[in-house]
Amino acid sequence: MKSGTVYTETVIYSAPEAFTSEAPYQVAIISLDSGGRVTGRILGERVAIDDRVAEVEERQGVPFFQKA
Amino acid sequence: MRPVAVIGAGKTAFGAFADRDLRSLAVEAGEKCLHNARVGPARIESFYLGNFAGPSFVGQNHLAPYVSTALGITGVPATRVEAACASSGSAFFHGWAEVAAGIYDVVMVAGVEKMTSQTTARVSEILATAGDCSGEMRAGNTFASLFAMIARRHMHDFGTTREHLAAVAVKNHAAGALNPDAHMRKVITIEQALKGKPIADPLTLYDCSLISDGAAAVILAPLERAREFTDQPVRVLGIAQASDYVALDQKADITTFPAVRMAGEKAYRMAGVTASEIEFAELHDCFTIAEIIATEDLGFVARGEGGPYALAGCSGLKGARPINTSGGLKAKGHPVGATGVAQICDLVLQIRGQAGERQIARHSLGLAENLGGSGATCVVSILGAA
Repeated sequence: MKSGTVYTETVIYSAPEAFTSEAPYQVAIISLDSGGRVTGRILGERVAIDDRVAEVEERQGVPFFQKA
Repeated sequence: MRPVAVIGAGKTAFGAFADRDLRSLAVEAGEKCLHNARVGPARIESFYLGNFAGPSFVGQNHLAPYVSTALGITGVPATRVEAACASSGSAFFHGWAEVAAGIYDVVMVAGVEKMTSQTTARVSEILATAGDCSGEMRAGNTFASLFAMIARRHMHDFGTTREHLAAVAVKNHAAGALNPDAHMRKVITIEQALKGKPIADPLTLYDCSLISDGAAAVILAPLERAREFTDQPVRVLGIAQASDYVALDQKADITTFPAVRMAGEKAYRMAGVTASEIEFAELHDCFTIAEIIATEDLGFVARGEGGPYALAGCSGLKGARPINTSGGLKAKGHPVGATGVAQICDLVLQIRGQAGERQIARHSLGLAENLGGSGATCVVSILGAA
């Protein structure tokens, strides 16, 4: 599973139609240790820029990360 | 390449118009524009329509001839241009190129979007298709959340604050309140903006542009023929379009928009002017942070200084270089496909000295910056008195 550092993040309150039942939720762009960046969701505790995160699962192609 | 002038401009009011459909809005703007340029529809040799998502918003495709024929413009090329929120800026660039190249003499460029017949959640979903739907958008992003992440990083790297963002909203609402065609004519305070309903941290409702219906149109002609049509031609001094990655996570640095920088540099070079000479501008404030970054990428201020610049009032109606005297996307409204041409109409109004209560004192050289998506398309146009 991937790990990396939070490059930026936001908590979404006003969600698109398909995600309204999940709001509020946090998304982030992660700078991966293996190089490059990926957009993913954050599970559990909220994260901030420069926090370390690790991928815990993937749902329909979307990586979900958690504070490491 | 021939010098090109805007010989006519017209637009609808922007707002939520339950009784209006897409075509009637585009036709109103087009007819006002024909009247302003004192030409009949038979004189138009080519027609461009900027529109982002008519098929999704109102279920109609093949929009360019759908609109042009309703205007009485028949037989000529009618072309729709889609480039997200820069759709009609890009249409303007292509119409300009056609006249500059000598292919046609009289070209109409219009832009239209009819958005308010959908719920906000559905509008968010349709707008999201301007992002990368195989990655960032699948994670549940909206355009507000993409710009929220841009704002977060800009705050982290440069110390930009919530007050800086709010200052942009307050300024643009103040100008919009003086614009009879604006969607929202409401003066707001910094405190109100800071306490707005959260949309995507750190952005509140007041950091976001409006979901609007509206249309705008201009007519272009070679400068040498412009006075056949109007006593007040406005010259297109410089114009450029540039592109970049669609997905935010592909960009090396999300606190700057390379497409804005590239289009700006090319447009300045073509116009033979520098950033410091630009007297006023219409910048793409889809979110408050976008205006702050645009002032930096266009060279009005150094990187990281866009926030303090707005807070100090430098870009207010009475500032040294007024920005968004129309109210911007924030208060005037943002019918996505109409925005690029509407910005051109607003420059024309100021340059001609017809901006009414919001008329500024120095108004002979203006710049419009129209941004698509989270920076994948940008069109910069520099207009001046002919």
